[in-house]
Amino acid sequence: MNQNLHQLNYILQLADNLLIHAQRLGEWCGHGPILEQDIALTNTCLDHIGATRSLYQYAAELVNQLTPLERQTMFTSPALEQVFTKGLPAKEDDIAYLRDAWDFKNVLLVEQPNEDWAYTIAKCFFMDAYHLALYSALKSSNNSVLAGVADKSLKEVKYHLKWSSEWVIRLGDGTEESHERMQTAINERWAYTGELFQASAADVAAMEAGYGADLCALQTTWNAQVQSVFTLAKLSIPDNSWMQQGGKEGRHTEHLGYILAEMQYLQRAYPGMEW
Amino acid sequence: MTAINHQEHFDHKIDNDITIEPRDWMPDDYRKTLIRQISQHAHSEVVGMLPEGNWITRAPSLRRKAVLLAKVQDEAGHGLYLYSAAETLGITRDQMYEQLHSGKAKYSSIFNYPTITWADMGAIGWLVDGAAIMNQVPLCRTSYGPYARAMVRVCKEESFHQRQGFEIMMQLCKGTAAQKKMAQDALNRWWWPALMMFGPTDDASPHTARSMRWRIKRFTNDELRQKMVDVTVEQAKVLGLTMPDPDLKWNEARGHYDFGAINWEEFNNVIKGNGPCNKERLNTRRKAWQEGQWVRDAALAYARKQASADGTPA
Amino acid sequence: MQTFFRYGDYGDKDSTGGANASVNPVNQNEWPLWEVFIRSKAGLDHKHAGSLHAADARMAIENARDVYTRRNEGVSIWVVESKHIHATLPDEQEEFFEPANDKVYRHPTFYTIPDEVGHM
Ligand SMILES: [Fe+2]
Ligand SMILES: [Fe+2]
Repeated sequence: MNQNLHQLNYILQLADNLLIHAQRLGEWCGHGPILEQDIALTNTCLDHIGATRSLYQYAAELVNQLTPLERQTMFTSPALEQVFTKGLPAKEDDIAYLRDAWDFKNVLLVEQPNEDWAYTIAKCFFMDAYHLALYSALKSSNNSVLAGVADKSLKEVKYHLKWSSEWVIRLGDGTEESHERMQTAINERWAYTGELFQASAADVAAMEAGYGADLCALQTTWNAQVQSVFTLAKLSIPDNSWMQQGGKEGRHTEHLGYILAEMQYLQRAYPGMEW
Repeated sequence: MTAINHQEHFDHKIDNDITIEPRDWMPDDYRKTLIRQISQHAHSEVVGMLPEGNWITRAPSLRRKAVLLAKVQDEAGHGLYLYSAAETLGITRDQMYEQLHSGKAKYSSIFNYPTITWADMGAIGWLVDGAAIMNQVPLCRTSYGPYARAMVRVCKEESFHQRQGFEIMMQLCKGTAAQKKMAQDALNRWWWPALMMFGPTDDASPHTARSMRWRIKRFTNDELRQKMVDVTVEQAKVLGLTMPDPDLKWNEARGHYDFGAINWEEFNNVIKGNGPCNKERLNTRRKAWQEGQWVRDAALAYARKQASADGTPA
Repeated sequence: MQTFFRYGDYGDKDSTGGANASVNPVNQNEWPLWEVFIRSKAGLDHKHAGSLHAADARMAIENARDVYTRRNEGVSIWVVESKHIHATLPDEQEEFFEPANDKVYRHPTFYTIPDEVGHM
């Protein structure tokens, strides 16, 4: 793969994480445990959508610069290819709505079902801690678009992490039931956290070229963050160290297919229309 | 002050457009009517999140997804502001939820209709929020202070709701034939329920006079309904859509549009619980509340532990 | 049974008349009610924005941020649990506030100053 494709893959990893995470969090809207928290979670969700849109806009620009051959190496999504067949430039929504599951580069963690508040909090906390470390690093990316997105998102994610950490602690050290639910959620989702720091070819290329983050350094920060919150929450890190992976390469769990079927249905059923 | 004095004092305030505040003496009926009206309104905002909320995951563009989320979130806020206003009258939010979940309290019947296509997001914003705004703007000057202040905040936020709905409709109407059909179909389905939102006709609303005197209602149901018809007909022309009412025509003498008979039987039926989505909406709300119980308990347990560790009373 | 207070509804139910809230059993596990005050921009006073429920002060501040400042409405937030607000009673209205009515000499317009002095 050439540098253009690595760069695009890197952007898609970031953007797809945010989109699929937001898609899941959006399912909570109207179903939260109390109005105040329903509103809080929606705010976070909106921040993610804002960031993912900036990244998809940038990704679309990059996609439009690819040669047909590069495009074919990159994507196997007939709906997206049709945009090019018509001679049209790809737009942010084309990237989000016209790719098939195997062209999505998000980690498996974000596509997992919400289950309950504890599972959702666990997922948010893992992602928020990851994003805080990631954006802190990307702020000094030599790619100005990435640096800009990171700079803006950093303020948002500091708040997200405060919110999710506090919930981890509250549930971990709340009632017996909440402690058990929180620990179960962590145990169940832990195997999906390793992938965040498992470098893909795009991650390696990005770090070497100076626009991406060093995942090893990120992992150290992340581990410390998780450990300190878990200590306060009286929760423990699971012993099982086996980690699932594949999302960054486009090999997903069964859930992503359903997510996309729902999310993309209008765009697919009524191709080429403006909404 | 004696009870009579209190009543006189209250009447004086009402007659002179002076706001009633939570600590002021108020007649029992005034308090009860307000609790019912404000909590019903709050329930409507919260249940109203569901028909639109179910399109968040299917919004056809990222921009629309963000707008819809922000809109539905606003409705949660409106519910919250209104529950808070009702709480100043001596009822708790939990008690109001209990009334909603047990089926004792009512909410706007419009939310018992299904959202079948994307155009319903447009029609709801345009017509349902439009009707709500018409109802709510006069309430910004209602006699009960906390209610009036909540309504000011609500109305400020509502202003984007109707516009985003109209924008969705406009986009569909200038789109393909299928999209325009989608828009027309949504208008057909939402128009009559939207008109029903203003409530029974004036002669069938026994409490209107008293509520108007108390300034917890500022226009009659029929006045507001007429205004809705007049405004919407013109907006539908801009969209190029046909109003689903063969009897609709301009009445020069009245200076208003005449419109067809409303199917009150349907209205009463939906109120009674026989609308297409009554059961589903209520069950969804109950489920969210029940499944949130352990979460709320945990937060409170944690807060109490922290407080006793600090030595401050919980 | 513990008495619950709400904003603007503190104690002394008899003098406020109307339905007595304490008749209804209150759920002891409801998150307490908080009052939110927001400074809309630097230099201005905090102003009452509304109420909300939260399990503790930290959460009340965050909930206030999420509920009441979504449209850039604030730069600073105060929260106080509603039961801690004390207020004047409507029945004290006369003795509290009317005596200030006739002290016109507290206002600058009470005094006549020749025009040539200019602004003072
Ligand atoms: Fe609303
Ligand atoms: Fe609205």
